[in-house]
Amino acid sequence: MSLDAFVDEIGDTGPVSVAGARTRWDLGGTLDPSARIVTAPTGVVEYLPDEMTVTVLAGTPVHELSQVLAERGQRCALPDRGGTVGGAIAVGENHLEVLGRGTLRASVLQVRYVSAEGRLVKGGGPTVKNVSGFDIPRLMTGAIGTLGMIGEVILRTNPIPATSIWVESSDADPFTVADVVLRPGVILSNSATTRVLVEGHAPDVASAMEALRKLGTWNECDGPFDCPPHRWSLEPADLRSLEGVHVASIGVGTAWREVEQPRRNLPGPVVEISRRLKSNFDPTGRLNPGRSVI
Amino acid sequence: MSDLVDDLRAVLGDRVRTDGAQRALLRRDASVFEGGSAGPICLCDNTAEVQHVVRTAITHGRAVVPRGAGTGLAGGAVPLGEPVVISLARMNKVLEVDVDARIAWVQPGVVNLDLSKHLAPLGFHFAPDPSSQQVCTIGGNVANNSGGPHCLAYGVTNAHILAMEVVLPDGEVTVLGGLDAEPAGYDLRGVFVGGEGMLGIATRVAVRITPNPPAVRTLLLSFETTRQAAATVSSVIAAGIVPAAMEVMDQRIIIAVENYVHAGYPTDAGAVLLAEVDGLEGGAEIDAARIAEIGRAEGATAVHLAEDENQRALLWKGRKTAFGAVAQVTPNYYLHDTVVPRSKLAEVLDRVYEIADRHDLLVMNVFHAGDGNLHPLLLFDAREPGVYERVHAAGAEIVEASLAAGGVLSGEHGVGIEKQPYMSMLFSDDDLDHQERLRRAFDPACRSNPGKVIPEGHSCADIQHLRTVPEGVWG
Repeated sequence: MSLDAFVDEIGDTGPVSVAGARTRWDLGGTLDPSARIVTAPTGVVEYLPDEMTVTVLAGTPVHELSQVLAERGQRCALPDRGGTVGGAIAVGENHLEVLGRGTLRASVLQVRYVSAEGRLVKGGGPTVKNVSGFDIPRLMTGAIGTLGMIGEVILRTNPIPATSIWVESSDADPFTVADVVLRPGVILSNSATTRVLVEGHAPDVASAMEALRKLGTWNECDGPFDCPPHRWSLEPADLRSLEGVHVASIGVGTAWREVEQPRRNLPGPVVEISRRLKSNFDPTGRLNPGRSVI
Repeated sequence: MSDLVDDLRAVLGDRVRTDGAQRALLRRDASVFEGGSAGPICLCDNTAEVQHVVRTAITHGRAVVPRGAGTGLAGGAVPLGEPVVISLARMNKVLEVDVDARIAWVQPGVVNLDLSKHLAPLGFHFAPDPSSQQVCTIGGNVANNSGGPHCLAYGVTNAHILAMEVVLPDGEVTVLGGLDAEPAGYDLRGVFVGGEGMLGIATRVAVRITPNPPAVRTLLLSFETTRQAAATVSSVIAAGIVPAAMEVMDQRIIIAVENYVHAGYPTDAGAVLLAEVDGLEGGAEIDAARIAEIGRAEGATAVHLAEDENQRALLWKGRKTAFGAVAQVTPNYYLHDTVVPRSKLAEVLDRVYEIADRHDLLVMNVFHAGDGNLHPLLLFDAREPGVYERVHAAGAEIVEASLAAGGVLSGEHGVGIEKQPYMSMLFSDDDLDHQERLRRAFDPACRSNPGKVIPEGHSCADIQHLRTVPEGVWG
């Protein structure tokens, strides 16, 4: 399917939703059954490794994009949980290795989306640096398709570090790890064990390991922990007092737990701006009815 | 009905200025744009005062324009239609530094470099470092989503702001964003950064602080041509290296800088590339060696590695005082700001020289090459009749050439007044309409810094606020 065909399918009337791989399908509420379900076009449109940018259609599975990038020694900030590029951006959650890869929001350079009126709208631009006009890509990222249906994006890519290893320790204090490793990929703790992704040039990885060994005994491991199902967004300092079964991302504030995070209330004026955004971008409420980020 | 100035003074006292000299001073920012006219100037000390000023302006049907240090280059802080000007310069305190959480809460009037100096003893800094960092403020950085040489690896301002307390255009005070990993709701914080003062006024800002890297390598590579320097930049990125900074300067600016600060730049070189890598010793060494190697392969005639912190500081001083240095050449300059794909740098630079020649203007180039962010400096003497027309015509052609190469209007200076007429070259009517919808969600009545960014015809009630205020309203 082409982007134009996607525009036609969304159309300009009637409730509509876009399905990716449905990995986070119920985020923001249950979709109103009246909504017509459309899928987004797939494929890498243009990959410019020398510019460190890639133009990709929203329906493309993240793992396919990752493969294309890896062939040229690069990676991106999108989490690969079996979902699509458009889905990952609409959800807006960061990759587990956010310290190494950067935030997802900072990686979305340009979005082309279908508006509630059925028009193809562009925000942002193709270059790695751009302040031409208001930041529509930031608005669309994490909006779960309530303001526009993402059809195509330009993402920033980054080189895959020369060396990377996962190590674990059961006696090192995870909060001290952040002080001794300059640029870790991620630091995870399940309170009994700490796992760290150490990456960079080989000598940097070696000196990071040397610093880590002063904190405890470390062994290589396969990768991150299997995380409990519910993602919590906390302040990094809150992780120190976390109880129960969990995996915590130290220095970041993300935690995975067995129970769902209680609803986070937004300040009144923020709710008001958010409602105006929704009514300005989707006056008839046809985009993803039943779902809301407010 | 009571008078506007009296109502403002009820809370701010003599920190409301209405005298001609002050108002004349704040008619402009650091851009070439004339035509601004400031209403009462309010020197606010805290959030409550900003809120009072905004609410009072609403009562009197006047727009507001926030102002930091006035170093903006796109006219974003130029007051149009005698709005109430809100100066945040006195709100200049670093409120709290939390090294564990790597966060600092600061007031918007804190000077960019002062923040990094404040953090230095703790081993941290604020990463965005615009060339104006000795005077520009964090609030201004937020409004413009400012960049700087070191944003190549570290990212521009938006990547370093976690949360903000803001006074919204309707006078409400709220917090956008949060200190948690992934704040709930729409990313209003992300949208507000770069909002050019049109979405509200930041009164407290939580910034991410960055640990100072233990190892830094600063290289100065000399080339016969600007084209070779630009090609080296492309090749470095293509080799998978993301340096902390990569800045190119052409021969004309090298000579101006050398005469000004004696930074040790080779005045016989056609261009230099100032490249910096940082991190741990081993990796910095590897990347520096590879950059030197790539530079030589592209034709570098000399590669100089700064031997100590003094040499490094001097090289950077040369780069950062470049705009001051041109004052010895001509009294005025117009600094442009566009971005092109890195691989198109050399080609667009050729066009820039050709355009300037054709308009009989002297152009110097000093720019954030690593980001593809061009900064052509058009030099002129404002006393020369008709020179502004030539400067603006050449500027327009440079913008057109950048867009034709797949670039964008601005990398870090913003749109303000300067790039407003070009917005339609980059964006369709639908695109601009959506930017306006975003703006109106924050400011339905278009009271905050009206007349900027969105071109006329796409913008809401701006005209109402831009009307000339009749004489004699000063009381």
